[in-house]
Amino acid sequence: MKIAVCVSHVPDTAAKINIGSDGKTIDPNGVTYVVNPYDEFAIEEALKTKEKLGGETVAISLGSDANKETLRKALAMGIDNAVLLKDGGYRDSLSVAKALAEEIKAQGAELVFFGKQSVDYDNSAIGQITAELLGYNCISVAVSFALDGNKITCEREIEGGKEIVETTLPALITAQKGLNEPRYASLKGIMAAKKKEIAEKSPAAATNFTEVIAMKRPPSKQAGKILGSDATVVPELVRLLREEAKVI
Amino acid sequence: MANKILVFIEQRDGQIKKSSLEAAKVASDFASKLSGNAEALAIGNDISNLDSLGSYGIGKVTHLKNSDLANYSPSAYTELITKFVNDNGFDILFFGNTSLGKDLAPRLSAQIDAGLAMDCTALNFENGEIIATRPVYAGKALVDLKITSAKKIFSLRPNVFNPGTASGNKAEINLVNAEAPKLNVKVTDIKKAEGKLDVAEADIIVSGGRGLKGPEHFHLVEELANVLGAATGASRAAVDAGWRPHGEQVGQTGKTVSPTLYIALGISGAIQHLAGMRSSKYIIAINKDKDAPIFQVADYGIVGDLFEVVPVLTEEIKKIKS
Repeated sequence: MKIAVCVSHVPDTAAKINIGSDGKTIDPNGVTYVVNPYDEFAIEEALKTKEKLGGETVAISLGSDANKETLRKALAMGIDNAVLLKDGGYRDSLSVAKALAEEIKAQGAELVFFGKQSVDYDNSAIGQITAELLGYNCISVAVSFALDGNKITCEREIEGGKEIVETTLPALITAQKGLNEPRYASLKGIMAAKKKEIAEKSPAAATNFTEVIAMKRPPSKQAGKILGSDATVVPELVRLLREEAKVI
Repeated sequence: MANKILVFIEQRDGQIKKSSLEAAKVASDFASKLSGNAEALAIGNDISNLDSLGSYGIGKVTHLKNSDLANYSPSAYTELITKFVNDNGFDILFFGNTSLGKDLAPRLSAQIDAGLAMDCTALNFENGEIIATRPVYAGKALVDLKITSAKKIFSLRPNVFNPGTASGNKAEINLVNAEAPKLNVKVTDIKKAEGKLDVAEADIIVSGGRGLKGPEHFHLVEELANVLGAATGASRAAVDAGWRPHGEQVGQTGKTVSPTLYIALGISGAIQHLAGMRSSKYIIAINKDKDAPIFQVADYGIVGDLFEVVPVLTEEIKKIKS
């Protein structure tokens, strides 16, 4: 079975975000980019599934040459092949999904893993859109995954609990933290990944349905009042909560 | 051309979710602004009080009913909404950005070729267009965007839009039997964490971090949460240490929350955590370290020992509540 995993290259979660001079994107200066954290769970699940059932894995990423770093990480962890859909500029979720769906179809992948969201634009949308475009069954935000023959069972995180969801192949699963424990790349894996070729392709031109007007900083929050250093200030805190904040 | 606006009404156990009332109010407000009309669509088996949507400006609600639809089925819900939207010519759709809405809205975007704005925290009306504001990078920045396609989908962050007071008007209910739903992907069971309120939906959150020193001390967080009727949250450090389940994690690789009151106990305030909770209306921090970044966003702080302060705070609030 061919298994695809789609990965994105995003600012490290510890990065401080500044607005770029265009007022619409971030300033990349001083920002370290990493594999999207949720995609590491997707890569791990693809590898585990291949180890169990055999087959071939391919990682796909859409973006600039910089994304090769993330694809190399996927290769180092054990993914067999990598494809870069080379594209700069703004693409919204629908436009990214269209390009990824084309490539997944070209690869003939029957099972696809995504991270549940990219921690840059935080839309939590591209996986589900891609699945619909492909006509694949889709389970999002999976915290467990089991494949038995053609049948898939996942647990999916919801408010205050989990749904048990069943479906069949072909399928696309988006990974939530908790799905597995992503492995570290071995030294051998890292060396082998350096030698592997990353295929480059040009996706169809973007067809965006959204337009960013401005990116801005969130309203700044002023540091408040330190009431004191022990339990003697609790009555004052409770009074403020009742009378000023009116929350209790 | 007048706009036809549809709000999707989510039910769990036959009860309408609060986030759907918020979305209904937004839908009817934009219907007035766009000289259009707002209707609602609910999917499920028995659903209580659908006519109460009239209180939030909705004139008519269609209920697609089938016992197989009591639980969520992504494939069936997607197919039914797509058909309903296409048959009736709706061009603007609103969803609540819940676990279900987050799964469903993007699917509709693909099916009806609509631009998508997820997790909106503000919607403004400028020069005849809806401008959506949504957090990116877990709230470290915001973007204003507009949807340029003819069909548009907006998903609204829960607890941000005020549904206002119920007017008492009743909506007309159009009950339709949904025949043979497409159950390719189906929820077969739900495991509830008993009595747990989720951080993403809670009005008050009490969160604990590394300062709690171990999972055995989280009863302090839980007791305070109990007297406040709050959800319990945790920092990434507490989750990664295995002290708390990931579902409670607040921050960039957990949940981004905007409750009315957020109480941070023993949380220093890493940049990922602050991004996920800084839009809370009131923030209280109790931490030993006066230089902890959490105090830069806290409205009220106590620089002290949480093991001493928290039990007193819990007792004090218990007294008021009783």
